[in-house]
Amino acid sequence: MNILLVDDSKTMRNIQKKTLAALGEVQFFEAGDGVEALSVIASCGQKFDVVLVDWNMPNMDGITLVRKIRETDKSTPLVMATTEAEKTRVIDALKAGVNNYLIKPFTPDGLMEKVKQTLAKAGAAQPVAA
Amino acid sequence: MSATATKPYTLDVKLILPFINSVKSVFTTMVKVNTEVCKPCLKEDPASSYDVSSIIGFSGQIVGSVVVSFQQSAAERLATEFAGTPLKLSDADFPDAIGELANMIAGGAKTQLGSLASITVPSVVIGSGHVIARLSDVPCIVIPCRTPVGNFAVEVNIKKVQPKS
Repeated sequence: MNILLVDDSKTMRNIQKKTLAALGEVQFFEAGDGVEALSVIASCGQKFDVVLVDWNMPNMDGITLVRKIRETDKSTPLVMATTEAEKTRVIDALKAGVNNYLIKPFTPDGLMEKVKQTLAKAGAAQPVAA
Repeated sequence: MSATATKPYTLDVKLILPFINSVKSVFTTMVKVNTEVCKPCLKEDPASSYDVSSIIGFSGQIVGSVVVSFQQSAAERLATEFAGTPLKLSDADFPDAIGELANMIAGGAKTQLGSLASITVPSVVIGSGHVIARLSDVPCIVIPCRTPVGNFAVEVNIKKVQPKS
């Protein structure tokens, strides 16, 4: 499984990695802002099973990153993981194309639950081979 | 260095309570260190409360800044608990951990304040007696916080502004 973590805090990315490592065999990719994330997506040649995106980041924020990704990729599951909890922000993020929304601070269980939910929905949306 | 909060002040509870709630939420959920929030006071000393400070700016319908200022030893212990790995002042990842704690406190409070505002990415300042420029037309309220590993304080210097029509 490939997971891309986009957050300007390395500490936060490490916390997410520690929790999500329990999913099994996971290859983590990391980016500190939206620009770096687009570069990772373009250069690594991998399809991501889920991308966690922070909202407030330098250079390119998370909502802009989500819109950029959705210009060409409608299917990769995106989870916004942020302190931005206002209803208007959540609606903006959903309209931009996120599949799930996780509010910081979160517990390890809360993070795992959101990611599992997102993976399950993405799996259910995949066409079933005949 | 000790916190310099001094005299009692008539608080705008609606502006301060969100920060108290947010501190409790962040430290309960992600740091897992018992945190006692003490009575907020007016802060008159321009120097920050302690030696390690993380600063978050507000813009939009709320302007100003919030500073989360830690005793150095507390900062190291709390950053360690948060990150899940030993962190000292000299470690490259130390400011990142301290900054993210402040980011979550400010972000959580911003939501409860109920205004459309943006917060900056955190800046971390380390050094005894550092002074942070503040809005001069609103008071700075300090929320002292105690933990078993040392003290920190949340310094709130914000005001609501009317949206431009």
